[in-house]
Amino acid sequence: MVGASMAFFEAQEIGKTFGGLKALSDVSFTVNQGEIFGLIGPNGAGKTTIFNLINHYYPLTSGDILFKGKSIKGMKTYQICHLGIGRTFQVVKPLKRLTVLENVMASAFCRVNTFKEARELALDTLEFCNLMSEKEKPAKSLPIAGRKRLEITRALATQPELLLLDETAAGLNPAELDEAIELILKMRDKGVTIIIIEHLMKVIMTISDRIHCINYGRTIAEGTPAEVANNPEVIEAYLGESYA
Amino acid sequence: MKRNQVISAIIAVVFIILPLVVTSDYYRHLAILALMWVVIGGSWNLLAGYTGQISFGHAIFFGTGAYTAGILADKLGTSAWLGMALGGFTAVLAGLVIGFICFRLRGPYFALATIAAGEICRLIAVNWESLTNGMVGVLLIQTFRSKLPYYYVALALAAASLLVFNLVMKSKWGFYFVSIREDQDAAESLGINAALYKNLSLAISAFFTGTAGAFYMNYMAFIDPEVVFSLPYISIMAILVAIIGGVATIWGPAVGALIMVGIQETFRSAIFGLAPKWVSQSHALVFGLMVIFVILYLANGVVGDWPKIKRLVVRSR
Repeated sequence: MVGASMAFFEAQEIGKTFGGLKALSDVSFTVNQGEIFGLIGPNGAGKTTIFNLINHYYPLTSGDILFKGKSIKGMKTYQICHLGIGRTFQVVKPLKRLTVLENVMASAFCRVNTFKEARELALDTLEFCNLMSEKEKPAKSLPIAGRKRLEITRALATQPELLLLDETAAGLNPAELDEAIELILKMRDKGVTIIIIEHLMKVIMTISDRIHCINYGRTIAEGTPAEVANNPEVIEAYLGESYA
Repeated sequence: MKRNQVISAIIAVVFIILPLVVTSDYYRHLAILALMWVVIGGSWNLLAGYTGQISFGHAIFFGTGAYTAGILADKLGTSAWLGMALGGFTAVLAGLVIGFICFRLRGPYFALATIAAGEICRLIAVNWESLTNGMVGVLLIQTFRSKLPYYYVALALAAASLLVFNLVMKSKWGFYFVSIREDQDAAESLGINAALYKNLSLAISAFFTGTAGAFYMNYMAFIDPEVVFSLPYISIMAILVAIIGGVATIWGPAVGALIMVGIQETFRSAIFGLAPKWVSQSHALVFGLMVIFVILYLANGVVGDWPKIKRLVVRSR
């Protein structure tokens, strides 16, 4: 159990330097269990870099990341997944030549060992994510909305406690967008804590409990959606100085 | 599922009866070689076809297995069959060393590194004369004069390899191998320890290739570095067998082995002595043409594109 004093997830002054470029410096935030935590910022602000640091796609330059009170610094990407942190990619990475079901089964094997169990877990997850009708299709035949949904389904099949969603709503039409929002809320209700990167204000403002905004690799605001939307620095970052 | 089992059983029975019907030593010899290539082609397919790690170095494992059997018999006087039991394991050791170094590279760079590793192994075998006898090679005395025992050992090995590849590909490991092939980064983020599973795939692949190499030592009773560590005749041949038959299919390399050994022998013998002698030099050319044909028209190999072939035959009727 998570103690009262211990944050569910905590980024402590994390920083990343690529050569001479400071992509991220001293960003800190905590995420409570069961909430949807939004991460926003203009293009190139360093949002995806944060995700890549969390699941150790590349190593931290400075700072520390705690999950349920334990540092995950230096752990391998696959170990972090086993620990209970799942992620989706902004540029979707389906296993193209496998069917949708096989894609999800491959990730279900994270928690189970036999073919039969993996199939059951994958089918349950596909059902939950409304992707049953596509299960026999090769992943490469799915349109973008389907691929984004597969990306979520696959991450969910690893049974994460914390899920990192990287722009899952980008490129979707309004109807698909509503379905995506519905799915994200459904996952939250199931008990999955979510950190979401999103550009679409309609999505991020309606579903987030709290929002953290960064620009040029630094924190500029954090608070409820209403607080962040009215923060002059946020408005400046998004719309330019004259609107602030 | 049931239908596949019936077909497998029929194929098994046919191959068990085959040498009793075909009594010519020459054809039995070809059948033994073909069965050996079923093992090697399937091994290459597991690592390259399913796991996506293209190897141009399978001669490393074949040669290591062959020399394990050869050196044990030649230097220590043990039975070369003991070597056959151990050849797979020494090949796995060689594989883990190769994997440790080469798996740091991805895609074409891995493939290039395996070429280098293969050539290094060949040169070691040529130059470490106190161990390998260098270019003189290792000569043993065959255990059996009849081809029959060798045929059944090769058949058992081929059947065992097909069974293992089939079981592996239906398990968690198989899913992980294919996931790594499709996208290693996505695989890692789905909880797959890519380094571990690439090495597992390599180990299984090396084990069967090494065992096949040790069998070759037993059967042919003579090896030298240019034969068993050969880039064209082992490493490339393994690739051709799998590509012609069908990459990433269980039966593809098996069918490919029968086709390739058949064609190789047809041309090597100058179409069984009917054609002028220069034809016997042309089998490499024919291989080349076949690869071009397969790439252009049957990109998934004979087994992978079987529905396409069937359709063509039906239409032309």
